[in-house]
Amino acid sequence: MADIELLPHNVSANADLPELVEELTTLNLGPTHPATHGIFQNILKMDGEKIVSGEQTIGYIHRAFEKIAERRPFYQITTLTDRMNYCSSPINNLGWHMTVEKLLSVEVPKRAQYIRVIMMELARITDHLICNSILGVDTGAFTGFLYVMQKREEVYEIYEEVCGARLTTNMGRLGGMERDLSTTAIRKIKEFIKSFPPVLRELEQLLNRNRIFMDRTINVGPISMERAISYGFTGPNLRAAGLDYDVRVMNPYSSYEDFEFSIPVGQHGDTYDRYMVRNEEMWQSLKIVEQAINNLPEGPYYADAPEYYLPPKKEVYRSMEALIYHFKIVMGEIDAPAGEVYHAVEGGNGELGFYLISDGGRTPYRLHFRRPSFIYYQAYPEMCKGSTLSDAILTMSSLNVIAGELDA
Amino acid sequence: MLSNQEVAEALLEKFGDQVFDFEEPYGLLTLSTSREEIIPLLEFLRDHKTYQFIFLTDITGIHYPDNVENEFMVVYHMHSFVHNFRVRIKVSLAEADIHIPTATGLFASANWMERETYDFFGIMFDGHPNLKRILNIEEMDYFPMRREFPMEDATREDKTDALFGR
Repeated sequence: MADIELLPHNVSANADLPELVEELTTLNLGPTHPATHGIFQNILKMDGEKIVSGEQTIGYIHRAFEKIAERRPFYQITTLTDRMNYCSSPINNLGWHMTVEKLLSVEVPKRAQYIRVIMMELARITDHLICNSILGVDTGAFTGFLYVMQKREEVYEIYEEVCGARLTTNMGRLGGMERDLSTTAIRKIKEFIKSFPPVLRELEQLLNRNRIFMDRTINVGPISMERAISYGFTGPNLRAAGLDYDVRVMNPYSSYEDFEFSIPVGQHGDTYDRYMVRNEEMWQSLKIVEQAINNLPEGPYYADAPEYYLPPKKEVYRSMEALIYHFKIVMGEIDAPAGEVYHAVEGGNGELGFYLISDGGRTPYRLHFRRPSFIYYQAYPEMCKGSTLSDAILTMSSLNVIAGELDA
Repeated sequence: MLSNQEVAEALLEKFGDQVFDFEEPYGLLTLSTSREEIIPLLEFLRDHKTYQFIFLTDITGIHYPDNVENEFMVVYHMHSFVHNFRVRIKVSLAEADIHIPTATGLFASANWMERETYDFFGIMFDGHPNLKRILNIEEMDYFPMRREFPMEDATREDKTDALFGR
């Protein structure tokens, strides 16, 4: 038997080969990746399967809303706000109107406030529904998505009945709503309240205790409460991390204090908790819609503020006064008082703030949107650091980053 | 519940004449400070035992071209969850010396907010780890939210306000 020359333990068998240079792979996730649900680029540095670091490039659909707003009369800015979070445009739209009403000190009648609450909660339901069902799609569960899309369609039909538009709804006016809820709209809302729970329950049965879904989402993309606060998280993403901060409860607007609902809170801040918090929030939103539609107060649906509220068209044809105000509002002749306002509403993703500075002119001097998606998306590299690429996709989709809101 | 009075007095006691211009537009406590004191002020509010302004809601900028020596303003919104109390802090900057220290050491969220403010107004946040444009393209050589860049072409005559009786 020939002598085998044994190598000492600390010398590798390939010692004479040139040393391998450890190099991180650069992976471009996006700008148009089907799994990012929007146009933003993530440049990930990968060590094998693991993500070591990431850097984002955003702004692909930046439309300069803040600049455009400086040249537009107040009532024309609604079309800009609707296009920020297009999954829940009524919240953006009505939040903007509430900001200006705060500036103008216009008191909105109860009926309009309740209609607003109904519309905003329906919007929250569709927003969360999309987020949760798409999260299912990203784990491979297409069925849930197909089941719930029908319900989003029904909400869009309600929007259509209320204001004529489906996606970029323009249902608010300064001082109230564009029009009253029709009997068809009320019937449709009541039908939705009845028909939605079985579907949502079905989605829950498909996903909540699904072995694959749980394996793919639990402990994926976690963030601690401290980091979440430091990163400026709000909304379901913050509540999943364990803090029960909700603008609707802390700073009630549009008579949210009249309704009973609870704030679901998670513990771990991971993808599964974010999913569960959104799911529970849909139940709570449904509860609010039910209370609001059953206790819908009688009375006018717009405030007695003819200088700001665009008068109904049939009045414009009949009364001279309405015609004059209609003309003045449409031509942007009416000045707002000088002042500065910060108003926040609970958007689909968290605190949606409007910081408005008026110098007494017919357009805002400066308008800044505090867009929740923009603020928390910067935490994404930290959240997916050390995880695999497939987990990073789920983290992003559970964060519910809306490109229109991110870029504004 | 905290009152505006209480917070304002605490700040006056700690920072003296470095905090000024107290206002309450629509009930929100608003105050101004100098750029030397802004980081200590934010840190004081964040680490205060009782107030606990742990949440930085927003940073943004405003351009006042007619305000000589104070052309730019950086506005901070802070929020205390415990007391459900908000405060707005303003810092004025001159266009000739448009620098302010960064708040990224205190709040992680300040990173992108400051980048956005830089992108739109050109306000330099000293010490920021990655101060570059965020929403606009890198090649842009101006700051679009400044008032000298009007939305519409100023040479157009069919859109003058005079034609509409303004």
